[in-house]
Amino acid sequence: MPAPLLSLRKMTKTYGQTVANSAIDLDVAEGSIHAILGENGAGKSTLMKLIYGVERPDEGEVLWNGIPVHLTSPAEARRLGIGMVFQHFSLFETLTVVENISLIVPGSKADLAARIRALGQDFGLTVDPFADVHALSVGERQRVEIIRCLLTEPRLLILDEPTSVLPPQAVGLLFETLRRLRAKGVSILFISHKLDEIRALCDRATILRGGRVTGDVDPRQHDSHDLARMMIGRDMPAPLHLAPMPAGEVRLELAALDHTPDDPFGIALAGVSLRLHAGEILGIAGISGNGQSELSRLISGETLLPASRRDEIRMMDQPVGNIGPAARRALGFAFVPEERLGRGAVPEMSLADNSLLTAHPLGLLKRGLIDRQAEAAFTAACIADFDVRTSGPEAEAGSLSGGNLQKFIMGREISLQPRLLFVAQPTWGVDVGAATAIRQRLVKMRNEGVAVLVISEELEELFEICDRIQVLHKGALSPSLDPRSTRPEEIGRWMIGAVGVAA
Amino acid sequence: MIHLVRRDRASRRMAVAAPLLALLAAILSNLLLFVTMGKDPAAVFYALLLEPFLSWSSFSEVLLKTGPLLLIAQGLAIGFRAKVFNIGAEGQFILGAIFASAIPVYFPQATGGWIWPAMLVMGAIGGALWAVVPAFWRVRLNANEILVTLMMSLIAVQLLNYLLLGPWKDPMGFNFPQSVMFQYDAMIPILLPGTRVNASILLAFLAALLAWIYMQRSFGGYQFLVGGLAPKAATYAGFSQSRAIWLSLLIGGFAAGLAGAAEVAGPIGQLQRSISTGYGYAAIIVAYLGGLHPLGIVASAFLMAALYIGGDNAMVSADLPVAAVRVFQGSLLVCYLAAITFVRFRLVRTKVAPA
Repeated sequence: MPAPLLSLRKMTKTYGQTVANSAIDLDVAEGSIHAILGENGAGKSTLMKLIYGVERPDEGEVLWNGIPVHLTSPAEARRLGIGMVFQHFSLFETLTVVENISLIVPGSKADLAARIRALGQDFGLTVDPFADVHALSVGERQRVEIIRCLLTEPRLLILDEPTSVLPPQAVGLLFETLRRLRAKGVSILFISHKLDEIRALCDRATILRGGRVTGDVDPRQHDSHDLARMMIGRDMPAPLHLAPMPAGEVRLELAALDHTPDDPFGIALAGVSLRLHAGEILGIAGISGNGQSELSRLISGETLLPASRRDEIRMMDQPVGNIGPAARRALGFAFVPEERLGRGAVPEMSLADNSLLTAHPLGLLKRGLIDRQAEAAFTAACIADFDVRTSGPEAEAGSLSGGNLQKFIMGREISLQPRLLFVAQPTWGVDVGAATAIRQRLVKMRNEGVAVLVISEELEELFEICDRIQVLHKGALSPSLDPRSTRPEEIGRWMIGAVGVAA
Repeated sequence: MIHLVRRDRASRRMAVAAPLLALLAAILSNLLLFVTMGKDPAAVFYALLLEPFLSWSSFSEVLLKTGPLLLIAQGLAIGFRAKVFNIGAEGQFILGAIFASAIPVYFPQATGGWIWPAMLVMGAIGGALWAVVPAFWRVRLNANEILVTLMMSLIAVQLLNYLLLGPWKDPMGFNFPQSVMFQYDAMIPILLPGTRVNASILLAFLAALLAWIYMQRSFGGYQFLVGGLAPKAATYAGFSQSRAIWLSLLIGGFAAGLAGAAEVAGPIGQLQRSISTGYGYAAIIVAYLGGLHPLGIVASAFLMAALYIGGDNAMVSADLPVAAVRVFQGSLLVCYLAAITFVRFRLVRTKVAPA
């Protein structure tokens, strides 16, 4: 048997007290698509950084074609034939495709353009070499990144969560490309936490949990259930059931909301309309960067409308477009923003002080002074009720993991007993267990008659918890869709703005 | 290889140790500097750091200088914690002195116990008014308050010059650029008999107490902290940023103006060009050296005051140039800014991976 293309032996990497990777073994065969499967925080990204030479291991050995090598930098990794496509693209938006590529790959532009076209034909990566990058869709930008890697003729291509930014249709195209690359003898390391994708695409899967290898299997021979158990260490939680609820009164209404942000790179909203009733969950689907952050700032009151247009946003049947976040909260609004550190919480402050941020009207103040006892009691209750894993109310918010901080912020906002709860990206960077707890909590709120608005990139999540879904694309909102009678592909078409066009 | 690694949480121990380490580093590096200048390091050390505490009269002078530094620094620190950088306390101090002096200049014959308190009130108003301009420009036009406050200080100096060379010049003053000597009732009562220490130092300590309550206990102070640490979180919570800017600058101007008034109604006793020996700028160092914490600032104001007196001594007895004290103050700030890195970070020595 020939030596594997890449072998890792006992790779270990620690950051301070945290062991990110512990004695990881990995063999990637020639011409295979190999999955690295794990939850957020399982150590996938660290492992890839070690392979690509961005970070150096504390211990362990790397073999390339059976020969020990030292990967001291990404340049060294590229010289060996390792290419990587990061989750966040590194393209200059103001340059064309070929200009971006010529920054890294030597050769004349005409030459490169020809090679880009040739590669595109061979691997189904069609993109116009002379198009400006800012005009490309996310899927096309990803293709540019992949082409840029392929032009250096790698033997191993690392893709970090490549499907997380793609609508369902583009995922199929990407998989086709990867299969063609495999046929040409290129090995692929495919990082993901989506089980179905891995079963559809990969020959081999190495599963990580808590920085250790918990499985090394052929994913086609295991069902999703098995893989999930290896990934999270227990059974997948049961899906939620939405009991039908009579429609309550309207708690949030956007009436043909137009907004052009001050930020020149912001997305303008055009004619956004929605109505959210008590006792329902409305999901806003869409790929990030289509106006989600602008919309959420308008709903939260962090961006204000002029008084003349205050009727474009109504909460609890009152015009609120020109009043700030605190005044909206006084009406019964609560908001969990997508950025937890620095927006939903102050990283340098204790959890107790972070409680004050929005919960100060709940008796945490006495004549303008902070009531430390009430503050600590509120925080302790929040920690206990929402299962926040932390050393206590005095822990700094910045020291909590993403999932635990999210549970704390959710807990704080739910403690406000809102009549209208708005959650942006409820489970971003949150592990599966905590994500389930958060979703169950949202459904419970709905069942108690709260109006819940959720913005999420995760389509599966929205299908799981929403009564209705609307899709945001380029600042425009689709009509309301019923997740029980709508296929994910149809939502996907709205996500890429291709409604009415054959998919 | 040595790396900086972020600590899991800010180290309280380092927060206290940092100013002490900075003081030590500044002393050592400056003594080295004095040695290279050919001065006797022992004499400098004695004059600069010990002599201020060795006699009652020089110690009382330290207390006298502590007052304005403490008052100004407490006001500035509130703004600094909200990341509103009022660098123009010097100008606000001068305006406070001018406003306070208006009473004895226009009513030199007036008598009564109301005069010096009224001067303090006038001074505080004058300092706050001088800070209105940068606050207004910052809120309305997003003009950087660092530049505007700094430039307002230059204007204040010229305004002072104009008054002393023109309308407010003492007609009996042999053409010196100074106002009349203030009458008895325009002077703040002496607190410690036999010294120049007056009751205004009590005001400074009162300000420290109020600042402590405001910044450590009140919800208003909390909003400042959030705005400084995480502006987006402040917006998210609905804390008004323009309110924080207005209050920061007004409080800073108020305190500096009060200090300016206390200076002319205290040790100086008239309006003259040299009413401030850089208190407004030194207070910036005092605020940071005290960790922007009201109690820390009490200690750092005292230290800085001692350096002022020690510097005067060293000029006389150890033949140090005038600039040496400024150099010392500056290096103290630089050392402190370097030292506070270790409150949130620690040094880690890493093994170099065998190549």
